[in-house]
Amino acid sequence: MLAIDPLGTGGWLWTSLLIMIGKVLVIFVVSLVATMLMIWGERKIVSGMHNRVGPNKAGPWGIMQSLADGIKAFFKETFRPSKSDPFLYKLAPYLMFIPAFLIWAVIPLGGDFTDGKDGTVTIFGQVTRVQLADPQVGILFVLAMSSIAVYGVMLAGWASGSKYPLLGAVRGSAQMISYEAALGLSLAAVLLSSGSLSTARIVQTQDSFVDWNLVATGIVPFAIFLVATTAELNRPPFDLVEAEQELVSGFNTEYGGIAFALFFLAEFMNVITMSGVIVTLFLGGPQPIAGIDIPFIPGAIEGTIWFVLKLLVFLYVYIWLRATLPRLRYDQLMDFGWKVLIPVALGWFLLLAALRQFSPDGTFADSLRVTAICVVVGIASIALFYAALQVSRRNRERAAAPQQEGSPV
Amino acid sequence: MRRGIGAAEFGRDFTSPGIFGARMSDFLRDYLNVVWFAVAALAIGGLLLGLAAAIRPSFPSAEKNIAYESGVDPVGMGWSQSQIRYYVFALLFVIFDVEAVFLFPWAANIERYGTFGLVVMLIFIVLLLDGLVYAWKRGLLRWV
Repeated sequence: MLAIDPLGTGGWLWTSLLIMIGKVLVIFVVSLVATMLMIWGERKIVSGMHNRVGPNKAGPWGIMQSLADGIKAFFKETFRPSKSDPFLYKLAPYLMFIPAFLIWAVIPLGGDFTDGKDGTVTIFGQVTRVQLADPQVGILFVLAMSSIAVYGVMLAGWASGSKYPLLGAVRGSAQMISYEAALGLSLAAVLLSSGSLSTARIVQTQDSFVDWNLVATGIVPFAIFLVATTAELNRPPFDLVEAEQELVSGFNTEYGGIAFALFFLAEFMNVITMSGVIVTLFLGGPQPIAGIDIPFIPGAIEGTIWFVLKLLVFLYVYIWLRATLPRLRYDQLMDFGWKVLIPVALGWFLLLAALRQFSPDGTFADSLRVTAICVVVGIASIALFYAALQVSRRNRERAAAPQQEGSPV
Repeated sequence: MRRGIGAAEFGRDFTSPGIFGARMSDFLRDYLNVVWFAVAALAIGGLLLGLAAAIRPSFPSAEKNIAYESGVDPVGMGWSQSQIRYYVFALLFVIFDVEAVFLFPWAANIERYGTFGLVVMLIFIVLLLDGLVYAWKRGLLRWV
């Protein structure tokens, strides 16, 4: 089966062009509005958790606050530090902003995936997906875009020619690449159970609750992925890139006005898109919860409703984390990423691969046997490793000892 | 044109005419949507930045353009040296990024390669894990 969007496979018609432009425009407008609402929602919910009122002047419940902030930033005077690098300083906002948008392109935003349907809809006689594009390597595309955002942070900090942004940027890029390793390894577990890199196909394989990758891969890859994306997004408790108390505003200290607004927008848009990626990979995306069929609504729209409901849960979780957890210290952050998340993700992935290979039916007794063997092999190899370390240390001491005794005085 | 199984899988049958009249594969045409989206994002970013630059007030002065350093005059260069440890982490990251590149295609097709594939990948992963264990034992992961 071709894992690409079937739109236009029957040759080019003006309707397919129209649908394509329509999809681009709709996703564009929806993503911008969703981001503005997200910024407002975060401020409102966090202020609720802090027992204060939050924005309440612009529009009903302050809902127009982000728009008002945007207009203010738009008319604000900005100036570039004289020591900054002019080209990179101007390039950095684009490098943050465009990848943030592009991740939307591969997330399935709706469509009927129930009972093994492939989630396509028919508009004007053209068969297409409720998703901008469905490349065969959709997941790699997400990883690639989140990597480009690292360039945005790094270049913004470096090009400013100032100390706080530079500190924020080197911290941030080291943090982001560290957690990206864990992110990739937990993702491999999803690929193992779904057998495809295409996002639509991954959703399609999760057609009942036990097939959701959250359950099918065990809960561990999901937990690692959630932690790693939080770090990747520089959200609290991993917001060392900004760390207001020590670095003023981190990598974007020297940006003002609309350029700062673009960084801000990209940051919040990344929160929404990465939540969408989590929902797609682990919670079945537009698949209904527990097979519930909402009456009187066509399947494709129903998919969008389920997707948005699942998305809102994760957006709330991110805001909740921000209001609850204190920031990590930098050494704790790096230790956690390299010494906990990466080994656990790798070990879990190998266990899943062994289970997949040696107990394909997934019966409990088989799975238990394979798991037991894996654990025994794992413990044995760690024991061997420590034994080897002991031997090499003893040999080194023995080699060093006679030299000291026999050295001429 | 050579047409193997791989070519058919990737949709490289050049049958449908592309949007500029040239012929384009289905595989590539799927990315065309992404390109359009990128152009739209570039346009909105450029429009916002350009329009704001045109209408906002601008009265630059030497004092305004000094780099921010908590309100005092900046000391020394803005581009100060940073710790070598960041570099070590960047190198280690490359190991795991390369690992992911080889891991993903295998993970998506685990049935096709069977037990042989599992053992081979196990050897590969253990070899790369060696690098992490070595760095760990040498204390390179310790952030002082």
